[in-house]
Amino acid sequence: MKHLTTGLFMAGLTLSATMMATTVGAKEIVVGMACDRTGPTQTVGVFLCPAYHDYVKLINSRGGIMGNKVRVVEIDTEYKVPQSVEAYQRFKKEGAVVVALWGTPMTQAITPNLNADHIPGTSPGFGTAAAANGEKYPYLFPMAASYWSQAGAAVTFAKSELGGTIKGKKIAYLFYDNPAGREPIPILDKLAVLEGFELKKFAIPPPGVEMKIQVQDITRRYRADFVISHLFGKGPAVHIKEFKRMGYSLKKLVSLVWGAGESDINGAGGWAKAQGYNALNFAGVGSNYKVLDEIKALYKKEGKDAPKQMASTVYYNRGILAAAVHLKAIELAVKAKGSGDITGTDVQKGFLAIKDFKLGGILPPLNFTNLDHEGGGWARVFRVEGDNFVPASDWIRGYRDVVIQMLKEDH
Amino acid sequence: MFHRESGYFKTTYQADMGLYPLPVARYAMVAIGAVLFILCPLLLDGYYLSIINLVAIAVVGAVGLNILVGFTGQISIGHAAFMSVGAYTAANLATKLDLPFWLTVPAGGAMAALIGILVGIPSLRIKGLYLAIATLAAQFIIEWIINHTPSISGGVAASIEMPRPVFFGKELANQAELYYFLMVIAVIAVVGALNLMRSRIGRSFIAIRDQEIAAEIIGINVFKTKLIAFGVSSFYAGVCGVMYTYYLGIANYENFQLITSVDYLAMVIIGGLGSILGSIFGAIFITMLPIVIRLLMESFGSIFIDDAALAQVIAQFRLIVFGGLIILFLVVEPDGLAKLWQNIRNYFRFWPFSY
Repeated sequence: MKHLTTGLFMAGLTLSATMMATTVGAKEIVVGMACDRTGPTQTVGVFLCPAYHDYVKLINSRGGIMGNKVRVVEIDTEYKVPQSVEAYQRFKKEGAVVVALWGTPMTQAITPNLNADHIPGTSPGFGTAAAANGEKYPYLFPMAASYWSQAGAAVTFAKSELGGTIKGKKIAYLFYDNPAGREPIPILDKLAVLEGFELKKFAIPPPGVEMKIQVQDITRRYRADFVISHLFGKGPAVHIKEFKRMGYSLKKLVSLVWGAGESDINGAGGWAKAQGYNALNFAGVGSNYKVLDEIKALYKKEGKDAPKQMASTVYYNRGILAAAVHLKAIELAVKAKGSGDITGTDVQKGFLAIKDFKLGGILPPLNFTNLDHEGGGWARVFRVEGDNFVPASDWIRGYRDVVIQMLKEDH
Repeated sequence: MFHRESGYFKTTYQADMGLYPLPVARYAMVAIGAVLFILCPLLLDGYYLSIINLVAIAVVGAVGLNILVGFTGQISIGHAAFMSVGAYTAANLATKLDLPFWLTVPAGGAMAALIGILVGIPSLRIKGLYLAIATLAAQFIIEWIINHTPSISGGVAASIEMPRPVFFGKELANQAELYYFLMVIAVIAVVGALNLMRSRIGRSFIAIRDQEIAAEIIGINVFKTKLIAFGVSSFYAGVCGVMYTYYLGIANYENFQLITSVDYLAMVIIGGLGSILGSIFGAIFITMLPIVIRLLMESFGSIFIDDAALAQVIAQFRLIVFGGLIILFLVVEPDGLAKLWQNIRNYFRFWPFSY
């Protein structure tokens, strides 16, 4: 009982302390983050979400955004739609000016609300590709390469790896048979006609981890010149193993963004087994960035070790991307308004005001326009060499004109 | 206490057959109705209403599943697939033919019922776990068909944007308006189920569950009755799917995957098999428990650990508490929350003279 009383007393004390802090001068800015630390995509969430918190902590340690502290409301949604709907309503209640969504079905379920409530939401690397069209979805920002842009970048990469010409080559597309997996098909079909390559699709049915037959088919019967793969969860690790077993050179394989993590390489049996494997990324990979050093320094100042999540640079850096773009949009909104008293609409305008935002190279040069809520649709290929991911291309925008055309047609 | 059964004399058959024969129960129902339809939308803000909306949707689905699993004794793991049938039927009708909700809701239910009856046909020959596997197959087949038929699913993304329901020219868009929309359907569904279970058909469901051969001997057409049970249950599932689609503004089969079927089975089992009230309790329990656990942990967790670590702990710990509570409730009362509620009521019925 005594503990409870002290606990409650302390809670009251901290509550009043935070209330005091917020009432003096600046305003608290709230951002909502839907997260998956326990569901099917937890392998990503456990790295991405702490990164978001770390970046916000870094900005707050410098006094916040022009004196306004940022508070993150995180809700774990277990990758389920009802939980995500509840989470979104909670963010709204807390007064969030921007929300980070998670998962394609959840993003689709919440999108109608974003437009109605005028709260910008972001879906980096997932969601429907057509959502990049800001004229149709003014409050949804994919803010990273959509599946269409990723497919365009993958074909661009394949073309350069095949010696500059892809005409007449055999390209295999290996994908998880769900809407997200099928999303790149329309653009791949278009590019096959445009560039004159032969495209064959190999679907992997749920749960997406058994693909021996498809890989055999690709390597032995179809004898693909290049493979583009689009798998999720444990799938990427399995397909690295299977292609390796078939003796197929992993250099001729490029995965879209959800097969790019350190965990996928470890799952495939370690770095030595995955030499040459290529994967697309929409944020920089590795720990050689200023912002990461600053976060490490922040922890050191507190007398703590750098968070162990930083070791997974792929997903950690994507968390940094989400947080950095959010806070940049908020910053521009605060500047435009002249105070921390901003709304979702201000932040939406803030997103559109972002120009060439690179954050020391960890991000591609992001530019948002009314039509292009992807920020340019940039992607970069990283390859497994030694014990590291090394860049195998520059930041590329594959067939941007085709993607833009498709966005307009969808409208 | 106040719930006395003595002293009320029924003079007509009609009074004897009333859903709530005791005046106190009728007053209680009126009070609950007033709270649901007047007080809740007035007093609660959008966030809490959104939680109730999710519960209302879940109630319809859970009642439907309970009719099949709890009352008729036929296990189904394909409930979510029937929801998706309803969802896509309504979405196609609403977008392609511009039909209003009062047509799409029953149409979605009817289509789901049709598919449900089809899936129910094997139930004549197979029982128990074998039937469970057959319905599991239905779940995957329906999912696959929707996923691969663009004319049903609306393209590669397999999602159709749904217009908001329109009621006499008024678009129901915010949480309070949708609350009325969903709550009216949920109440109709629950009252309908309560009445169905008192009817000849409802009694024959129970007879089949308790002893199939005996039921057949006393003149119940087992095959027909089982198919009716599948049809009614799937109708509820379909309506639940339509409600979901209107509520979210999108029909997407990924909302209705196997895990959703399992969630609904959990609702029915925890709430109480063979009890309409149990389905409601189960729907409330499964939908709200994660939210309540999180709110509690957010409020009190920061006393013990710092906020950054808390996010990780909440996510993980919540699952443990969730699972633990389910086990606890089932150990305390294997017949579910409905039985627990009945025990409490029975205790107070004779209180303070329990002996």
